[in-house]
Amino acid sequence: MTVSGKATPWFLSAPALTLFAALLVTPLAMTFLLSFNSFSFYGGIENTFGLENYAEVLSDTYFYEIFGRTFLIAFITTAICAVLGLPEAYILFRMKPAWRSFMLLIVLGPLLISVVVRTLGWAILLGNKGVINEFLRDIGLITSPIRMMYTSTGIVVALVHVMIPFMILAVWAALQRQDPATERAAESLGAGPFTIFMRIVLPQAMPGVLSGSLIVFSLSASAFATPAVLGGRRVKVVSTTVYDEFLNTLNWPLGAAIAILLLVSVLTIMIAWNKLVERRYSGVFE
Amino acid sequence: MAFLELQALNKRYNAVVAVEDFNLSIERGEFVSLLGPSGCGKTTTLQMIAGFTQPTSGKIMLNGRDLGAVPARKRGLGIVFQTYALFPHMTVEQNVGFGLEMRNVPADERRRRVSDALDLVHLSHLGDRFPRNMSGGQRQRVALARALVIEPELLLLDEPLSNLDAKLREEMQLELRRIQQEAGVTTLLVTHDQSEAMALSDRVAVMQSGRLIQEDSPFDVYEKPATSFISTFLGKTNSLPAVLRRKGKKIDIIIDDVRLPGPDTDLPDGPVELSLRPERIELTDEVQATLSGDVVERVFLGDHWLFRVDTPIGKLLVMQRNLGRREAGIGERLHLSWKPEAMRLLPRGEAS
Ligand SMILES: Nc1ncnc2c1ncn2[C@@H]1O[C@H](COP(=O)(O)OP(=O)(O)O)[C@@H](O)[C@H]1O
Ligand SMILES: [Mg+2]
Repeated sequence: MTVSGKATPWFLSAPALTLFAALLVTPLAMTFLLSFNSFSFYGGIENTFGLENYAEVLSDTYFYEIFGRTFLIAFITTAICAVLGLPEAYILFRMKPAWRSFMLLIVLGPLLISVVVRTLGWAILLGNKGVINEFLRDIGLITSPIRMMYTSTGIVVALVHVMIPFMILAVWAALQRQDPATERAAESLGAGPFTIFMRIVLPQAMPGVLSGSLIVFSLSASAFATPAVLGGRRVKVVSTTVYDEFLNTLNWPLGAAIAILLLVSVLTIMIAWNKLVERRYSGVFE
Repeated sequence: MAFLELQALNKRYNAVVAVEDFNLSIERGEFVSLLGPSGCGKTTTLQMIAGFTQPTSGKIMLNGRDLGAVPARKRGLGIVFQTYALFPHMTVEQNVGFGLEMRNVPADERRRRVSDALDLVHLSHLGDRFPRNMSGGQRQRVALARALVIEPELLLLDEPLSNLDAKLREEMQLELRRIQQEAGVTTLLVTHDQSEAMALSDRVAVMQSGRLIQEDSPFDVYEKPATSFISTFLGKTNSLPAVLRRKGKKIDIIIDDVRLPGPDTDLPDGPVELSLRPERIELTDEVQATLSGDVVERVFLGDHWLFRVDTPIGKLLVMQRNLGRREAGIGERLHLSWKPEAMRLLPRGEAS
C-alpha cells in the first residue's frame, strides 16, 4: 500500500468530495464570478470585472422591498412553524406508540409529494374562485372573494405547510433527548400540565425549536416553487427575481449578484442567530 | 393505623401481574426498604404511591387519608428518581426552589428554605451551578434537596444510588441515612441491592414476583430468611437439600451419607432445605472439624478470603476474615466446623 495513514481519510472521501466540488462548489464559484461581469442589451454578457451589479441592487429601493418581503415571509413562516410545530411534536410524542407512528406518517407524508403539486393544491384552495372563497360565499359569510392568491399571506400559508415537518422533526429529536422523569418530577412538586409544558418541556425542547428555525428560515428565504406559483409576478421574492433576471431579462450577471446577496444575507442571519442561541444556552445544553 | 398503609394493592398490565396482593404498613419517621430483584414490581409499587400509576385494585392510605382520588401533584410527596430527573435548564437553586414556587411560597422565605435544604446536603456553595456541570454524587444530593425542601410527609427513593460508582455509593449511604434522620422524614426506598437495604433501613420488605414475602429488621431478614430465595438473595449462602430426622430429643440432618447434629426447629421430619452462611463456617483443626475437604477455589478480597471447599456434603463456600496470615491454597485440605444453630432449615419445594 502506498497510501499513508494520514491520507487515507481523504482518499476514502475522494468520490464524495469530487461530487461535492463538481456539483456545488463549481456552479457557486461560477455564479460568484459571473456577478462581477457586466451586461448590456446589445452586447450581452461581457467578461469585465466590476461591482456595478452590486451597486445597482444596493442602490435601488425596488430590490430592498423584495429582500424585505422575502425575509418577512421567511420570518413569519418560521414563527408560525415554531408556534404550531412545538405543541404538535409534543402531542405526537405523548401519544401511544401505535397511534404515534400513524400520525407521524400523516405529518411527514406530505414530504413525499412534490412541492409543486402541493402548492398547486393550495392555489386551488386559495384562488378567488377557489374552494375556500366559494364555500364562504355559499354560506353567506362574504359577498366578494377574499384575495389570497398573489399575496404574501397566501405564500406564508403554503410555506408553513411545506416547512412544518422540518420543525416537527427537529423538536422531536430534542424531546427524545429529554429525560421523561423530569416531567414526573415537576408533577410531584405540584406543577400542573400547563406549567409542566411551559417550564419543563418547552425550555428543554428549545434547542430543537432553534435548530428547526434555522432550517425553516433558510429554506423559506430561498424557496422558489411556492412563491412562484402563489405569488407570480405580482408578489416577487428574491428567488423569483433571480429567476426573472436569468430567464426573462437575460441579465445573468445581475441575477448572479442578487443570488449571491441572498446567500450572504441568509448565511449572516443564520450565523448570528446561532451565535445568539449558543450564548443564551451555553450553560445548559451541550 | 400506621402512617402509610398499602392495602391489598394489585397492578396488572394486561396479562402481566406487576404487583399482587401487596400489604405494607410504615410508621411515621420510619425508613423502610423495598428489596427485590429487577422486575419484581418495586418501581410499580412506588409509582402507585406517587400517583403516576393507577392501581388495578387496593388502597393507599397516608396519614389516615385515602390517596386513591388524589392526583400526583396534590399528594405532596418527595420523590427522588433513579435518573435524578433534575431540570437541566435550571440552576441548582432553581431546581430546589421549584416545588416552593409551585406552592406560592414568598420569595424571601423560598430563598431561606432553599439555602437550608442545600445546607442539609452540603451543597450551599454550588447553588449557581447547572446540573450538567456536577458529579453524580452532587446531582444525587440536589435531587434529595429538591424532594426534601417541600417538607414532604413521605419521601420515596427509587434506586437512588444505583447510578453511582461503588465507593461513592458507600459514602452516599451514610449521607442518605444522616439526611433522612436530620429531616426526620418517613422514607420508602426501593432497591435491588441488599447491602444498601440493610445499611439504610429500619425495616426491609423483600419482594419477589410482585409479592411481599418477608418484612423484618435487616438483621432478622438476614439471619432468619423466610424462604431459600431470600437466603440466597440476601448475602451469600450454601444451600443444600437435606433430610431432617428426629431421634427422641436429638435432631439429625442427613445429607447424602453424612449425618450432622441439627438445630432446633419446628419443621416435621422429611426433606428440608439447609442454608449455611459462608461466614458462619470456621476453620479449625482435624480433631474438632465437623467436615474436612480440599480447597478447589480461592479468592482474596482484601478484608476476607473466599474458599470453595469440596466436602462430603458438596462444595461449600467458606468465608474467612483476613488475619494477615497465608491461607490454604488450592488442593490443600481445610477442616471446617460450625455450630448447629448456624444452619437454617427451610421447608423444601419452596419457590426459589
Ligand atoms: N407500563 C408497563 N406496561 C407493561 N408492563 C409493565 C409496565 N411497567 C412495568 N411492567 C412490568 O411489571 C413488572 C414489574 O416492573 P417494575 O415495577 O419496573 O420492576 P422493578 O422496579 O422491581 O425492576 C415487570 O415485569 C415489567 O415488565
Ligand atoms: Mg425499577
